Amino acid sequence: MVALLDRPSYKIAVLLLSVAFLAVCMTASVMFGAKAYGLSTLQSAFSAFDGSDAHLIIRTSRVPRAAIAAVVGAALAVAGALMQALTRNPLASPSLFGVNAGAGLALVVAVALFGFPGLGQSVWIAFAGAALSAAAVYALGSGGRAGPAPVNMTLAGAAIAAFASSLTSGVLLGSDKALDQVLFWLVGSVAGRELAMLTAVLPYIAVGFVAAFALASPLNVLAMGEDVAVSLGQRTAAVKLVAAAAVVVLAGGAVAVAGPIGFIGIVIPHIARHLVGRDHHWLLPYCAVLGAILLVAADLGSRFLLMPSEVPVGVLTAIIGVPFFVLIARRGRYAE
Amino acid sequence: MTKLTASNLSLAYGRQLIIDNLDFAVPEGRITVLIGANGSGKSTLLRALARLMKPEAGAVLLDGKDIAHTSTKEVARKLAMLPQGPVAPEGITVLQLVKQGRYPYQSWLQQWSEADERAVRAALEATGMTPLAERPVDALSGGQRQRAWIAMTLAQGTATVLLDEPTTYLDLTHQIEILDLLYTLNEREGRTVVMVLHDMNLACRYAHHLVAVKDRGIYAQGAPGDIVNAELIRNVFELDAHIIPDPLYGTPLCIPASQARRAQERQAAVPVHA
Amino acid sequence: MRSKHLAAEKKASGSRYTALRSRRLPASALLDKRAVLAAIVLAAAIILMVLFSAGIGTMRIHPLDVLKVFAGQGQEVHKTVVFQFRLPRIALSLLVGASLAASGAIVQGMIRNPLASPDLVGITNGAAVAATSLIALTGGAASVRWLPLAAICGAAAAALLIYVLAWKRGVTPLRLVLVGIGLSSALSAITSVMVIASPLRIAGQALVWLTGSVYGAAWSGVLTLLPWTAAGLALAFVLARQVSAQQLGDDIAVGLGSRLQLQRLALLALSVALAGSAVALAGGIAFIGLMAPHMARRLVGPAFGAALPVAALCGGLLMLAADLAARTVFMPTEIPAGVFTAAIGAPFFIYLLRRRRSSP
Repeated sequence: MVALLDRPSYKIAVLLLSVAFLAVCMTASVMFGAKAYGLSTLQSAFSAFDGSDAHLIIRTSRVPRAAIAAVVGAALAVAGALMQALTRNPLASPSLFGVNAGAGLALVVAVALFGFPGLGQSVWIAFAGAALSAAAVYALGSGGRAGPAPVNMTLAGAAIAAFASSLTSGVLLGSDKALDQVLFWLVGSVAGRELAMLTAVLPYIAVGFVAAFALASPLNVLAMGEDVAVSLGQRTAAVKLVAAAAVVVLAGGAVAVAGPIGFIGIVIPHIARHLVGRDHHWLLPYCAVLGAILLVAADLGSRFLLMPSEVPVGVLTAIIGVPFFVLIARRGRYAE
Repeated sequence: MTKLTASNLSLAYGRQLIIDNLDFAVPEGRITVLIGANGSGKSTLLRALARLMKPEAGAVLLDGKDIAHTSTKEVARKLAMLPQGPVAPEGITVLQLVKQGRYPYQSWLQQWSEADERAVRAALEATGMTPLAERPVDALSGGQRQRAWIAMTLAQGTATVLLDEPTTYLDLTHQIEILDLLYTLNEREGRTVVMVLHDMNLACRYAHHLVAVKDRGIYAQGAPGDIVNAELIRNVFELDAHIIPDPLYGTPLCIPASQARRAQERQAAVPVHA
Repeated sequence: MRSKHLAAEKKASGSRYTALRSRRLPASALLDKRAVLAAIVLAAAIILMVLFSAGIGTMRIHPLDVLKVFAGQGQEVHKTVVFQFRLPRIALSLLVGASLAASGAIVQGMIRNPLASPDLVGITNGAAVAATSLIALTGGAASVRWLPLAAICGAAAAALLIYVLAWKRGVTPLRLVLVGIGLSSALSAITSVMVIASPLRIAGQALVWLTGSVYGAAWSGVLTLLPWTAAGLALAFVLARQVSAQQLGDDIAVGLGSRLQLQRLALLALSVALAGSAVALAGGIAFIGLMAPHMARRLVGPAFGAALPVAALCGGLLMLAADLAARTVFMPTEIPAGVFTAAIGAPFFIYLLRRRRSSP
C-alpha cells in the first residue's frame, strides 16, 4: 500500500491540521446539543462562572463529555493499532477481541456480588475485567512459533465475547440490583459520565500512550514477523509484553469510562495506514488524533440523529464500522 | 480416450491478462509437463483446463464440448485435478479420503456401488497405499500424503489427470517417488497426465510432451529432446544455461550458468562435453 | 435401502464399513459400524439421562418410578409432573441441542474450520436483534406468540446479509467467517440498545432470551420445533456427501464435480433453518454448535455422513445436561441453561485453539 502522504513535511502538516480540526470538533461538541450555546457563553462559563444553568451544563456535562470522547477515541484507536501490530491481524481490535465484553462481565459480577461500588471504583472493576480478557487474548496469541492463524484469532475473540455476554446476561438476570444500575453502562456512550471517571484512569491511559509511542521502532520490526524480528536481534517477548500491557491500559481504561464502543480500533488504524503508511512513528500519533476526532464527531452526531432522544454513540460507531470491516475482510491476501 | 483442448483461450485475474488467445491440444495418453518462469501463467492455464477458472474469452473443450456448459459431474468423470498443497480435514483416514474420489458417480440412492469399491481398491493398490488405508492422513509423511491425494484422483477413474506441482514441499527422494508413480500409471493404464513442474531436469526426464509458457502464450512445445536448448532456457527463464544429455536417460539436462562465479573458475573445472 | 433385497457384505472395504447393496435396484449404501456403535451408546446415555432428569426437581421421583410413568402406571402426581412439566422441557432440550449441533457441523464443514459455529459467525446474533427488538417494541405483549417467527426471520436476514457482503465472484469460507464476525459485533451493539430501551421488567425477558433457556417449555413448543429439526436433519443427511466434498477444499470439490456455490448457499440456508428454529424457541444458547460436532469428530472421524447423526446426539445430550444443571445447581433458583453451555464452551474453545496450534 502506498501512503497518501509520502513526505515528512506533508505528514507534519496534516497532523497539525488534524489537531486543529479536533479542537474545532471539541468546541462544537461543547456548543451544540439539546441546547446550543454561543462561543461567548462558553468563554464566560470559565472566565466568569455565574452558576447559571448554561454555565453548569457546559462545565459539568458538555466539557467532560467532549474530553472523555477525545481521550477514549484516541485510546481505542491506538490500542487497535497496537493489537494489529502484535497479532499481525488487520481485524484485531478491543471490541472484536472481547476486551469490551470482559469489562462488562467484571462490572456486572462485581455489582451483583457487592452492590454498586460507586463511580470511582466501578471504573477500576471494569478496568480489571478488560485487562483480564485482553490478557486472555494475549495468552492465546503468544507462545508457539507461528501463533494461530488470523482467522482463528478472530474467532477466539468472538468466542470470548460470546462467553462474556452470555454470562453477563445470566448474572444480570439473577440480580435486579445489577440490572438496574449497570445496564446504562453496557451500551457504549460518553454521555452522562463524570469528569472524575476520566481523571481516575487518565494517568494510566497517559502511561499507555507513552509506552505505545516508545514502542514505535520495535513494533516496526515486529511487524515483519516474529522470526525476522528475532533474527534482527529483538527481544520479542519483552516487546510483546510491553505492547500487550499498553493495550490493556488503553483499551481497559477507555472501556471503563465509556463502556463498549466498537470498531474505532479497526477503522482508525486502517485510515491512518492509508494516510501515512506502516511506520509506527507516524501511525500511532495519527491514530490518536484521528480516533479522538471520530469519537467526538460521532458523539456530536448521535445527539442529532434521532432528536430529541440520543442514539448511544457505540451504536453509531458500529454502524460506521461495519462497511469498513467488510471492506477489509473482502480485500487482498486476508480474504483469499 | 478423451480429448482436452483449449481454443482461443484468454485468462485474466481482474484486469490483468495472464493468458492471451491460446490454442492448445493435450496429447492423449501421454505425459505433458507445463514449465515457465514464476508468474508466467502455467498454473493458471492448468486451472482453466480443470475448469477451476472461468475464461475471459475462448473455451476449454472436452471431447468437443465446452466444459463451462457441461454438467460438473460429467466433467469430473473424465477429468481429475489435484491442486497444489491440498489440506485434508483433521482426522480423515486415507480410505475415507480416497472414497471421496467416487463423488461424481454417487447419488442419493447409489451411495456405494461395487464399481466404487473396485475403483477405490485399485487406486489404493496402484499408489501402494493399501497397507496405510486406515491411517489418518495427518499422521503420514509428506510423500505418503501426496500419494493418498493422488489415489483419490485415481479413484475418480478419469482418463485425464491434471496435477499442479505435485512435488512441491517434497524432498528429492519423494519427488522421484511421486513422478515414478505417475509415469507408471501413464505407462500401465494409459492415463493422460498434465502437470506443472518447477524442476526443469525432472520435467525433461518425465515428460513426453513439454510446454514452455511465456508472455501470455506458449513459447514452444514438443518432445524435450527436440525443443530444450540454451536458447529456450534463455528466453523462457532469462537465464544462461548449458544443456547436456542426462547421463542416465539421455534426456536434456540443464546446467545453469552463474553470474557470480567467473568464467576462469569454470574453465578450471573438468570440461564437459556439449 | 427401502428394498427388502438387501445384501450385507462383510468384506474388504475396511473393517469399519459394511456395504449394503440392493440386488434389484441400483441402490447401495456404506454403513460405518463405528458410527452406528457410537450412536447406540449415545442414545442409551440419553435415555438414562432422560429417566434421571425427569425425576429431579422440587419433587424427586425415583428413575424406576419415572419408568413406571412412561409405562402408563405409577402415581397420578408423578404422571402430571413428568408429562406436564418435565418431559416437554426435556424433549425441547433434546431437539434444540440436536438442531444446534447439526447446524454447527454444517457450518464447520462448509467453512472448513472447526472453530466456527452459528453463534460465532453472526447467525444467532441476527435472531437476537429481531427478538430483543420485538420484546422492546411491543412491550413484551406480542412476544410469546411471535418471538419464534421474528427470531428465525432475523437469523435468515443476518445470514443473507453476510452472504451478500461476502460475495465476490462466489463466496469463500474465510470471507463468510470474517464478515459474519464483524456483522455479529455490530448486531450485538444494537441488541444491547434494545435491551436498555425496554422497561426494566421487560429487559429481564430480553435477557432470558439472550442467554438461552428452555424454562417453561410446553408440548406446543416441542411440536413447533419437531418438524424443523426432523426435516433439517434429514436434509443434512441427504447433503452429507456434498459437505464431505467441500471439506477437501474448493478446488478439489469443483474437481470432483460438485456445484460448489449452489451447494454452499443451500448448506448455509439449511444451517440457518436449523439454528434459527432452535434459537427461536430456546434463545441464544451458545457453544453447543461448536462443541458437539467436535466431540462427534473425535468419536467417529470427519466423514460427514457419520459425524452428523453422532453430533446431533451429542448436542442433545449436552443440552439436556446443561438444562439439568440449570434447574438443579442453584435450586430453587433457576439459571438459564445458556450460562452453563457458555461456561463449558469458552474453555473448550481455548483448548481447541491451543491444540490446533501445537499440531502442524
